[in-house]
Amino acid sequence: MAMVDEPLYPIALLIDELKNDDIQLRLNSIRRLSTIARALGEERTRKELIPFLSENSDDDDEVLLAMAEELGVFIPFVGGIEHAHVLLPPLESLCTVEETSVREKAVDSLCKIGSQMKESDLVDSFVPLVKRLAAGEWFAARVSACGLFHVAYQGCTDVLKTELRSSYGQLCQDDMPMVRRAAASNLGKFATTVESTFLNAEIMTMFDGLTKDEQDSVRLLAVEGCAALGKLLEPQECVARILPVIVNFSQDKSWRVRYMVANQLYELCEAVGPDCTKTDLVPAYVRLLRDNEAEVRIAAAGKVTKFCQLLNPELAIQHILPCVKELSSDSSQHVRSALASVIMGMAPILGKDSTIEHLLPIFLSLLKDEFPDVRLNIISKLDQVNQVIGIDLLSQSLLPAIVELAEDRHWRVRLAIIEYVPLLASQLGIGFFDDKLGALCMQWMQDKVYSIREAAANNLKRLAEEFGSEWAMQHIVPQVLDMVNNPHYLHRMMALRAISLMAPVMGSEITCSKFLPVVVEASKDRVPNIKFNVAKLLQSLIPIVDQSVVDKTIRQCLVDLSEDPDVDVRYFANQALRSIDAAAVAQS
Amino acid sequence: MVMTRSSSRNMNGGGDGGASSAATSGGPPPSLEWRFSQVFGERTAGEEVQEVDIISAIEFDKSGDHLATGDRGGRVVLFERTDNKDHGGSRRDAEQMDYTVRHPEFRYKTEFQSHEPEFDYLKSLEIEEKINKIRWCQPANGALFLLSTNDKTIKYWKVQEKKIKKISEMNIDPSKTPGQPSSSSPPPLVANGVDADPAHGYISNFTFPPGGIPSLRLPVVTSLETSLVARCRRVYAHAHDYHINSISNSSDGETFISADDLRVNLWNLEISNQSFNIVDVKPTNMEDLTEVITSAEFHPIHCNMLAYSSSKGSIRLIDMRQSALCDSHTKLFEEPEAPGSRSFFTEIIASISDIKFSKDGRYILSRDYMTLKLWDINMDSGPVASYQVHEHLRPKLCDLYENDSIFDKFECCLSGDGLRVATGSYSNLFRVFGASKGSTEAATLEASKNPMRRQIQTPARPSRAISSMTRMVRRGSESPGAEANGNGYDFTNKLLHMAWHPTENSIACAAANSLYMYYA
Repeated sequence: MAMVDEPLYPIALLIDELKNDDIQLRLNSIRRLSTIARALGEERTRKELIPFLSENSDDDDEVLLAMAEELGVFIPFVGGIEHAHVLLPPLESLCTVEETSVREKAVDSLCKIGSQMKESDLVDSFVPLVKRLAAGEWFAARVSACGLFHVAYQGCTDVLKTELRSSYGQLCQDDMPMVRRAAASNLGKFATTVESTFLNAEIMTMFDGLTKDEQDSVRLLAVEGCAALGKLLEPQECVARILPVIVNFSQDKSWRVRYMVANQLYELCEAVGPDCTKTDLVPAYVRLLRDNEAEVRIAAAGKVTKFCQLLNPELAIQHILPCVKELSSDSSQHVRSALASVIMGMAPILGKDSTIEHLLPIFLSLLKDEFPDVRLNIISKLDQVNQVIGIDLLSQSLLPAIVELAEDRHWRVRLAIIEYVPLLASQLGIGFFDDKLGALCMQWMQDKVYSIREAAANNLKRLAEEFGSEWAMQHIVPQVLDMVNNPHYLHRMMALRAISLMAPVMGSEITCSKFLPVVVEASKDRVPNIKFNVAKLLQSLIPIVDQSVVDKTIRQCLVDLSEDPDVDVRYFANQALRSIDAAAVAQS
Repeated sequence: MVMTRSSSRNMNGGGDGGASSAATSGGPPPSLEWRFSQVFGERTAGEEVQEVDIISAIEFDKSGDHLATGDRGGRVVLFERTDNKDHGGSRRDAEQMDYTVRHPEFRYKTEFQSHEPEFDYLKSLEIEEKINKIRWCQPANGALFLLSTNDKTIKYWKVQEKKIKKISEMNIDPSKTPGQPSSSSPPPLVANGVDADPAHGYISNFTFPPGGIPSLRLPVVTSLETSLVARCRRVYAHAHDYHINSISNSSDGETFISADDLRVNLWNLEISNQSFNIVDVKPTNMEDLTEVITSAEFHPIHCNMLAYSSSKGSIRLIDMRQSALCDSHTKLFEEPEAPGSRSFFTEIIASISDIKFSKDGRYILSRDYMTLKLWDINMDSGPVASYQVHEHLRPKLCDLYENDSIFDKFECCLSGDGLRVATGSYSNLFRVFGASKGSTEAATLEASKNPMRRQIQTPARPSRAISSMTRMVRRGSESPGAEANGNGYDFTNKLLHMAWHPTENSIACAAANSLYMYYA
């Protein structure tokens, strides 16, 4: 047992705690691994700390995860790039643990290190590591290997490259579906590093194999490869090799595969060019929009705008729009909701006339949907349509929809619509807003649910920002000040809350003339909760108003509160008084 | 292995129709001679069985090298195979040379408490710790993984050899640090876990010399011995309103299903906070409820197919490719009711208590109260074979209903080669039938050290009742319940749970708290 000098005590403790029984302490030490490394020096870090960590791979997952992350940025602590290879063994053993998150982090870190390593080191140490993992006895190692090929491949000799490609090919045909899945999801990344001659031959063969895998879970990951590979191949190659696959996939027996296609299809449009898009991809997409399975339609509907962006407007109107019309009255609310969340984006694509002719009826019917999410999704994207056709055409339907959502019995729906009120206000303009929505905003201030009241107060502040303090003085402030006299203490508290939020927006003058007297009056409330909220509010007003007001009014009020019988009131009053003093010190 | 020995029916060959191949390749395999192999937790004479010790689940892993049992006390006990480990690499040779001599032998490996009794305060419901099902998962890095479930909660366990570590050298002598009055002021001894810790602020200001500080050293760890540690990796809870009756792993290695009375949920092994409901048979009005799910299992090869059985005696095969919600089945396996035979008990005894896929996924074995049925998944008009297990109890259905025995849930199992099927019965008996075409093999064995004592070789043609069984079985001397019944059957000693070794003719079965193993 060695004793250390006193100044070294904390660092010694940190090192000892690498092996503490308490996981929190171990975790803490691992997170400060760089400190430990600096204390040991580069050489001992390489010779002692790293081997020590390599032995540590049976620790708890959280510790291993932290270790995998730290080692990814550890190159400076082992003496720079030329020593980077010493970091590989501990990460290699982390690549074999069965916990996925640890493995993924270890693979990330290895990629980070590998991409900085010199080519010779890469060949000497990184490539053998990848080969070892790829031939690992347990599937976990082989899964990790799949994510490392793209780093290993660059800067390899031709012989090694051939070996790596064939090794990857074997992983694509592994017995374990987990390994094939990893191979499928990393194929795109690996393909970007492979030379185009081998791309056409070997990589595409692997891809073909994966697309015919008996396991749905593998095939659907192969779909992701379609887009990635499509972008790498020459257009005619893409048309010849990827297009048939994706068209096939779009009619796969498994809805999960079709779902993946629906999500990815638009990415292929560019790769295959406009002609094939028109002849093959549009029909495939239309089929997906009309799929039997609601999940597939949800995915397809969610991409309708992205897909149409890649088409010319005529094609979109001719082929896609009829489907969109059908989807707007789909039996599944989730499909309608997915459609509603993107359909407004089609307006700029189709232009003013077509929007009015084709889309407007759909907007209006979705605004009357029985499912609140659908209406909310339309309202949330109002600005996109506003730019194209103006709001007037919609406003007749908009208002009933908003009012209905504002009074929905589910508070989450009410909350959602409140969040959109500032957006609506900016799109609809002051005139429309005053007439129709002003009353609603005050109504929410007295909602039964706290979250709604809180959101309503915040909304008032945002409206004041949007329309300016003069407007707020006319339309909001009187009502808020009125609420301070409400018989219900929760409503009085809400008024104070609104004041504290609005004061910075309204500025010093209005705060002093309008808000402060009311607040001081509220400090004599009989409910302690009001009083300590007054104390908190006054504290927040200190930086806004003049020092003279602070000294004259606020301090006196707080002093009174600091003698209150209620302990909480005294506490917050004293806290506010202290911040006055602190502000004074800072100024002097 | 056995497949090579008897080629009468090749279940793996999807191409050749079962009938033609059986006809061409000679007769059925010879009947097996069952021998006692081992017993764990044998009851001594007069010993009272503790309720918590009663075995409630048995499962072999895929390789057949491990066996797990669960009991009513929420414990999981693991056994490992010993006979081939000693021979190491030469296992295959040894098997080929004298497979009749070698048979699987197991030894106790470890046990752990998987579930504890709980109380659901929201529903005022007691949740028993009893293990309903155990399923093995893919092993990794030499560690074993398994799922265990009680009525409500599924747990994912990892069992691994862990080195017991001892720290032999440290920077700070732990014996001296507490309040050590060394030189000047004692260093602040604080837990290192929080950031408010003054020691850490100090470290960040510290400048280290370029070569590091030589006096610091890393803790030296010596590991002396290893021990088996079971750790719960994940808990899949709060997804079932009713009691979980089955869990089953998918062949994709990443998902599994859990089934309760009305729903089947799909999980990802790595995600414990969300599952997808794939089957829901709950009617909008619970008064319309006529049928519940009794058992569910994934197809062993196709990850998109699964089967579930119902209390009305039907088996539904569903294809998850078709739809996200699989409320409509792809295939329905049901035996048409025999006309005129309907009675009060018809529906009760039709209820299927267990289904199992054959290893190649071609056949489904189902057990209802009276029979064992084998279904070809390509033929939904009726079972390809049915075996009478409890036909002799038909006159006693009234009594069985009175004492609730009629609701006993017997499990069934298939041999790895698909040539035989087995299921349990009362008086600690179990029955093994030949499942290949033309086979008349039917053995009745007792879960005791002398299994053949009660064995009768009845020509069990499918659909022919084994009416002779009651007469032939002598009364067991050590079963007092038999005397009370006065009819030779002891309904308290029931053999509900059993499992067939995946590659060899070896059966593990549970008689109350004892685990009996047999080989042939």
